[in-house]
Amino acid sequence: MSSDDALIEIVDVTKAFGAGERRFLALGGVNATIRKGEFFTLLGPSGCGKTTLLRLIAGFELPSSGEIRLDGQEIGHLPPFRRPVNTVFQNYALFPHMTVAQNIAFGLEMLGKPKAEIAATVERMLTLVKMTELAGRRTDQLSGGQQQRVALARALAPQPKLLLLDEPLSALDLKLRKEMQVELKRIQHETGITFIFVTHDQEEALTMSDRIAVMSRGQILQIGTPREIYAHPTNRFVADFIGETNFLRAAVKGGRAVLGPGVELPLAAGTADGEVTLAIRPEHIRLVPEGAAGALSATVGDATYFGTDSHVHLTLADGTGIVARQQTDPEGTQGPQAGAVLGVTFPPSAVQVLED
Amino acid sequence: MQETEATREAAQVRRNWLLSLPALCLLAAGAIGPLFIMLVYSFLTPGKYGNVEWIFSLDAWRGILFTRDIFDDTLKLADAHLTIFWRSVRLSFMTTVFTFVVGFPTAWFIATRAPRWRAFWLFLITIPFWTNLLIRTFAINQIIRNEGFLNTALIKIGVISEPLNLLYTDLAVFVGMTYVYLPLMVLPLYAAIERFDHRLLEAGYDLYASRLAVLRRIIFPTVKPGIIAGSILVFIPSLGAYVTPRILGGGRNMMIGNFIDLQFGQGRNWPLGASLSVLLLVVVTAALLIYVRFANRDGGHG
Ligand SMILES: Nc1ncnc2c1ncn2[C@@H]1O[C@H](COP(=O)(O)OP(=O)(O)OP(=O)(O)O)[C@@H](O)[C@H]1O
Ligand SMILES: [Mg+2]
Repeated sequence: MSSDDALIEIVDVTKAFGAGERRFLALGGVNATIRKGEFFTLLGPSGCGKTTLLRLIAGFELPSSGEIRLDGQEIGHLPPFRRPVNTVFQNYALFPHMTVAQNIAFGLEMLGKPKAEIAATVERMLTLVKMTELAGRRTDQLSGGQQQRVALARALAPQPKLLLLDEPLSALDLKLRKEMQVELKRIQHETGITFIFVTHDQEEALTMSDRIAVMSRGQILQIGTPREIYAHPTNRFVADFIGETNFLRAAVKGGRAVLGPGVELPLAAGTADGEVTLAIRPEHIRLVPEGAAGALSATVGDATYFGTDSHVHLTLADGTGIVARQQTDPEGTQGPQAGAVLGVTFPPSAVQVLED
Repeated sequence: MQETEATREAAQVRRNWLLSLPALCLLAAGAIGPLFIMLVYSFLTPGKYGNVEWIFSLDAWRGILFTRDIFDDTLKLADAHLTIFWRSVRLSFMTTVFTFVVGFPTAWFIATRAPRWRAFWLFLITIPFWTNLLIRTFAINQIIRNEGFLNTALIKIGVISEPLNLLYTDLAVFVGMTYVYLPLMVLPLYAAIERFDHRLLEAGYDLYASRLAVLRRIIFPTVKPGIIAGSILVFIPSLGAYVTPRILGGGRNMMIGNFIDLQFGQGRNWPLGASLSVLLLVVVTAALLIYVRFANRDGGHG
């Protein structure tokens, strides 16, 4: 990545809350570079530090150590009103004593923009979020989805270099949520502003993001495109958190993973001998007759039918439980029966070696 | 079915009214009765030794602003009265502003403590209410009089050589009223600030508002019902204050309350006392109406 398309650089940032006995490290050495115009998502379970990282970038908290650079300038110690960064708050935090239009105009007024320019921008923002009719409404008379749009317009109006969104969709019902996902993408496309989006919903992250940073316990574990994160997770947490995954232990001998008698998979060059954990997605497991060449034998537990596919639970000879996802075939034949013994194979390209 | 329901409800309402009638009568007699007597008295002629004579007269109302010259019987503006009114309004206004200036940070401090500590701080605020107002005011008197604690201490450490003349001045009345009415400002402010969503502050800073802009554009407008309630609660009793100006202002620095008292005592002019009371009531009611208007316009809380 060339450094001149980097907008935000987060360098070795840590954040500790409290002191002494009660000291708690919410972020332990985070590094990330976010590019201009990117839709960048922070994904991770509750309490992993997503909000903390966002608040450091916005300026509501100061880092305990490390640097946050915006366009190459260190901004980690500036107050929020000195940063060209705006936030869409999880609870929206709209000003209850102001109308929709006044809320949107607030940032522009604080920046001392001329009246005519403010009016024009507010008008443009109202159109952008499709709220023109409700410009004069008080914000406590709006539905959740409408408040969401106002919060978005208010944060976008000052044309920040970076927009931070902390789980902006989590308060909406499923249908509205899907709608707003599309809207957010459209708005980002139209404004060209860089978005950092926080969610703990992996599907949301996969469908919306240009790149995802998967976080756990104050660390970023992996950064990559949705495809990279899904197809090539580099560690167990990422593989497990995104989608469903089977984990297998294997011995490494001479650059090959040995899963069982006669079942070997070639590994990337340079893998040292020892033990590794392999990750295989359920949809990549093939069920074959028992005893087929290169197949591990497995006993069928039960199968759950989902319409388009069914999930078959299997137990390997060494007791490891795995799940295979089988497409429903056009003939509608009955799937494997409980208790049956089958062979399972994996295409070598579908197997990920995890670093632990 | 629905009809019987409706009639039953109507009967219930009627019964409720009938049952509360005695209480309502008592309230009417107790609250409105004296006011009515005041109103009537203000249109009568003062008796020689107090009380009233039942002769209709507008003198009491004229007497609020004018005095009749003893020699040529012409009406002149009553400067002394105007001074008293002006002092009352000025001191009440100053008290209101000053209790706000002191009370707002106090209320903010309490409302931003951890919830289990708030009750403790509020408790401290209400401690002065435990002692009789008269005693508290005499205590201030003791502190600020010429041979009092403050002057003695200041002379001892050599800041001044002569005692400061604090007692029986407007300043003393102002200090006393600020002390007495401060809790009445803090409590409604606290109630409003406690409900304030502190995330709005971050939203303000995020949108480039400085600290001062956040205070003026976000905090004050959202806690306005509390500010208005506190101001009313301080201004109205200040305007009618009696004990504080009496003990700290002495005979000379009278406020309306003392002036009214004077008419029923040495002044022997009950109708003037009555008309002044009615006037005070009207001013206070007007202030309350303005408050209700303001409060309603902002969503009706408070
Ligand atoms: N002001 C604070 N004081 C002490 N600890 C804090 C503070 N803010 C956050 N933490 C702790 O830091 C950790 C990370 O919190 P954070 O809010 O960043 O999590 P999150 O990833 O946003 O979680 P969620 O998905 O639930 O919003 C949590 O364990 C939290 O308890
Ligand atoms: Mg969070």
